[in-house]
Formats: sequence, C-alpha cells, structure tokens
Amino acid sequence: MSGQTVFYILAGAAILSALLCIIQKNPIASVLWLISTMFALAGIYVLLQAQFIAAIQVLVYAGAIMVLFLFVIMLLNLGRDTGDLRGMPVRLAAVLVAGGLLGELVLLARVTPGSMALLRGTAVGAGTPMASFPAGQAGAAAPGAQGVVGAIAEPLFRTYLVPFEITSILLLAAVVGAVVLAKRKL
Amino acid sequence: MLLGPSLLVSAILFTIGVVGVMLRRNAIVLFMCIELMLNAVNLTFVALSQVLGLGGQVMVFFVMTVAAAEAAVGLAIILAIFRHTRSVDLKNINLLQG
Repeated sequence: MSGQTVFYILAGAAILSALLCIIQKNPIASVLWLISTMFALAGIYVLLQAQFIAAIQVLVYAGAIMVLFLFVIMLLNLGRDTGDLRGMPVRLAAVLVAGGLLGELVLLARVTPGSMALLRGTAVGAGTPMASFPAGQAGAAAPGAQGVVGAIAEPLFRTYLVPFEITSILLLAAVVGAVVLAKRKL
Repeated sequence: MLLGPSLLVSAILFTIGVVGVMLRRNAIVLFMCIELMLNAVNLTFVALSQVLGLGGQVMVFFVMTVAAAEAAVGLAIILAIFRHTRSVDLKNINLLQG
C-alpha cells in the first residue's frame, strides 16, 4: 500500500471516530471514540514525518489526558445513557455555523507548497515548489542528520527555550489550581 | 506531499468539534470536543511544518501542554460543580442567567 492509501484510510477512521464521539449518548463511549481518533491522528503524524509527535500523541493524549477524562466520568458515575442534545433552534444554528466554517476551512485546505510560494511573493523558480522554502527543506533533512528526536530538540531548546520554561510555570499553576478547586474546603 | 489533504482532514475535525460544542449539554463531552479541536489544530501545525520548518512541531508540544493543563483545571471545575448541583448537565448550570 502506498502512503496515500494509508493516509486516506487513517483520515477516514479519524473523521468517523470523531463523528461517533459527538453522537454517542454514553460519555464513556464518547471518550473511547475520541481515543480512536487520536490513534488515527498519530498514524497520520507518522506519515507526515513527525514520528516523535506521534509517540507523544499516543503517550500524552490518548494515554494520560483521555484517561483523566475516563477517570472523572467513572468517579462521577456518569456512565449511563442520557439524551443531552440541545433543542431544535441550537441544532439549526450548529448546522449553519458548521456549514460556514467548513466552507471557509475547505477553501484554506486547497493549499499546496506551490500556492503558498505564490502567496509569499517568491515566484516559483526552476525545480519543485519546495525550493522556495529553505526552512522546510532543512526540517526535512534534519531527522536524517540528528535523529528524529534530536531534530525537534534543537529548536525546542534553542529558539523556543523561553516559551518552554514558561510552560513549566503554566503546569505548576495548573497543578496548584486543580488541587485548590478539587479540595472540599480551603 | 500530503499538505492539502492533511489540512482538509484538520478542517473537518475542527468543524466536528465545533458542532459537538454547540450540540451537547454534557460538560465533560463538551471538554472532549474542545480536545478534538486542539487535535485538529495540531494536525495543521504538523502538516505545515513539512513546508515551513520544524517550529510547527515544537508548537504542538506547547499545545499539548496547554491541553493537559486545561483538562486538569477544567475537570477540577466540573468536579466542584458536580458537588454543588449533582449534575454536569449545562441546563442546570445557569448561575449567570440571573
């Protein structure tokens, strides 16, 4: 099977699981379908040459965050069917908003490297459109030279060092906030 | 090069997330739809990082961190609300309607 075929299978699985996730009445089934979406997305990441992101997606998203959701649902004993869709006016509004948003986003999705190069004003010269994106070419070559993890570690700990450190403060604040909120009495 | 198809999948997933937020009344399912939207944005970042360099993949890390923090705090808030109203249905949570 070619990469294209695998991509379309995974994309179909992701979209189908996402649809089932918002349709399911049982919250636990919802969580499980969302995990299925995340696994399909991890496969797509591998096809897009982002193997490390795929591993993190499975470990952190499907493994940690979704288990947290499952945990809370089971803690609150919400695992029974409840018809909780909103009324007709909101459903109509949702369809309208979805149509508008999807139309807009599908227009954006027709982007190719060639059209992006045209937008940037750098005319596509000789060769492939990728020739006008040196950063993209460097990024594609980096895993071969530094390894998959090293290629991401370099920008993370050089260019984005300060945001990375700020992230740790965010996590600390989130931990303190969660403990304070979940405590019965302050 | 799967740039266009990836952006299309991301657009569809994001729209499904928005529809979920508008349709469902269960606060936890609402949070899951937000996670779905964050995942769609991550897919956009990864797809564009093929063309614009590895900065996009670094940004996915930050999105995941924010998502984890948001899930922890949000679920703690839902727990507090559940303790107060014995329900996570948004129709019972209308303090701001006066």
